[in-house]
Amino acid sequence: MGKNQKAGLLDSTADQPKQTANVETLIDQKVEEAVAHAVFGSDLRRREFVRYVGAAGATAILNSIFPMGAAKALAQGKTGPIEKKELKVGFIPITCATPIIMAEPMGFYKKHGLDVQVHKASGWAMIRDLSINGETDATHMLTPMPLATSLGIGSQAVPYIMPAVENINGQAITLANKHKGIKEAKEMKGFKFCVPFDFSMHNFLLRYYLAEGGVDPDKDVQIRVVPPPEMVANLRAGNVDGYLAPDPFNQRAVFEGEGFIFMLSKDIWPGHPCCAFATRKDFAEKNPNTFQALFKAIVDATQYAHQASHRKEIAAAIAPRNFLNQPVEVLEQVLTGVYPDGLGNTKNVPDRIDFDPFPYHSMAIWILTQMKRWGYIKQDIDYKKIAQEVYLASGCREVMKSLGYKAPAQDSTKHQFTFGKNKSFDPNAPAEYIRSFAIRRA
Amino acid sequence: MDRITALSERKKALFSSLVLFALLLAVWQLATKTPIQGKTEGLPGPVAVAERAWEMIADPFYDRGPNDKGIGIQLGHSIGRLMIGYTAAALVAICLGVALGLSPSLYRALNPYIQILKPISPLAWMPLFLYTIKDSNRSAIMVIFMSSLWPILANTAFGVGSIKRDYLNVSALLQLSWFKRLWKVILPAAAPAIVAGLRISIGSAWVAIVAAEMLIGGTGIGYFVWNEWNNLQLTSVIFAILLTGFVGVVLDMGFSSLAKVLTYKE
Repeated sequence: MGKNQKAGLLDSTADQPKQTANVETLIDQKVEEAVAHAVFGSDLRRREFVRYVGAAGATAILNSIFPMGAAKALAQGKTGPIEKKELKVGFIPITCATPIIMAEPMGFYKKHGLDVQVHKASGWAMIRDLSINGETDATHMLTPMPLATSLGIGSQAVPYIMPAVENINGQAITLANKHKGIKEAKEMKGFKFCVPFDFSMHNFLLRYYLAEGGVDPDKDVQIRVVPPPEMVANLRAGNVDGYLAPDPFNQRAVFEGEGFIFMLSKDIWPGHPCCAFATRKDFAEKNPNTFQALFKAIVDATQYAHQASHRKEIAAAIAPRNFLNQPVEVLEQVLTGVYPDGLGNTKNVPDRIDFDPFPYHSMAIWILTQMKRWGYIKQDIDYKKIAQEVYLASGCREVMKSLGYKAPAQDSTKHQFTFGKNKSFDPNAPAEYIRSFAIRRA
Repeated sequence: MDRITALSERKKALFSSLVLFALLLAVWQLATKTPIQGKTEGLPGPVAVAERAWEMIADPFYDRGPNDKGIGIQLGHSIGRLMIGYTAAALVAICLGVALGLSPSLYRALNPYIQILKPISPLAWMPLFLYTIKDSNRSAIMVIFMSSLWPILANTAFGVGSIKRDYLNVSALLQLSWFKRLWKVILPAAAPAIVAGLRISIGSAWVAIVAAEMLIGGTGIGYFVWNEWNNLQLTSVIFAILLTGFVGVVLDMGFSSLAKVLTYKE
């Protein structure tokens, strides 16, 4: 054993107790011990192996089949050196992505050691393809998208993980001015609606709302996929009667005098998840330290955005052309919740949009039940397993705690809806939940 | 006498053109209201567009991040992509066109496939390219390639196929090598047709790139239009449209002068 070599476990003379310099070295040694034991099973076999290939060779071989560095870093509870400092994160210019976007001008990425450029994409299909191709390292997505892409529905099957939810609430049903008298869902038969994407909370919430009003979303109305910026123009042109869209396009319709806000999405399911921060699973596996830093930056930004006192400053930071490219007043109205609704009233709804990173498994299960309900998923699936693989609830909890924030103790919870026969969604009974609906395709 | 009437005819045409332009501007200005506080109240008038145009042209090369660059940089990206895709298409199309022009049987064999592929909108190829090429920039260039290929191919094949038999017979008599035959006889003879094809192609390629960039995002004049559209800034959109048209004219003029150089009287 040379002078510079640490007395590692793979040293064939390592039968005597080792002198440990500090706790870190001890932890490192314990990790090596555990791995070596798992691989070789017995001391004798390990010593033989080391005799054949040498200590350095043995270490190299073990490191190639097991991410020793990551394991040691995890055990240490700190992030090791960041593998890839310059990253590209894709986003769609809507207020849902506020934490992702604001983290660049407000320095959250820098704070955690990363140099991130946020990259505007033109639509959801494009942002998904940019992420699948690896042109972006992490991306803004709709909460159903990581589930759909992991299952291979609507795209090639690529495993995704969703470490954090971006925003909760923050959408609305906007109708054209000519429909100012409409009060309920059943008056909307024959309407043409827009949603930003098939695999979106917008689509599922709209369908939920219409179905609860006795309107079949596939038979009694037309639901089209339209990129959000074009929705306001379509409303003006009279092509569509309304849309359930992300902000700022609801508030923008009021600002342009083209429509009014009929119902906020928080009045359908208070606290519903909307957009997500997601990465390809292999990116996180190949760059665990970078992933951890990114995770921390996003959760940090999300918690900062949660505070009502910060909303005005955030609106000013994300308004420029490089980011959302919208008038600052519109963004302020959305983020502060003090807004004209297009019917002559000024409303004050502080949690019109809110930011909470925790990705409950039950949210994933609800989304999966809706995908099955409307026929997007045809086969039988293991709801819990998919939710656990894609939505990183325990990972988020660890990061929230490490940043000093309180996190929910449970991975799943019951969700309360404002109306409907089954107001309370129980994630342990997804099949029964689907069957309880009168209008469904499955 | 002829020259004088020709000159006055040209002057009359130019004058009428200018009068028409002034009339259109006046109609446009009267038909629209000036925007209040930046809110769009219907289509913006020419004054508003001119103001916006001046803003953009005054500082064309700024760079405030990956999603906000000056109009000069955006145009540069678009023209760059155009040139790469177009040059590749021109090389492939001219080679293939010469082969098809010289061999009527080969032409008949390949013709059905060309006819099927020709009318497909280049943008319809986009999802397929994105899926296989896995790179949005290269997919955009491939879209240009697909849109420029067909006119050049068709015109080259036609041009080569209609070369006078006499020229080919003479070159056979002189026992020219295939390279000399190509370079000294075939290409010069077919040059007018080839340049006509190139000229048509650059137009359709420029159209395609703007549309492709609206889908792909990132950089380019198409992305600029889409980004301004997000903010319902119609002044910028109209300015970008006019700029696109202007660049198209410049590209076309380039080819028209090339055509003049290469034509000859029989």
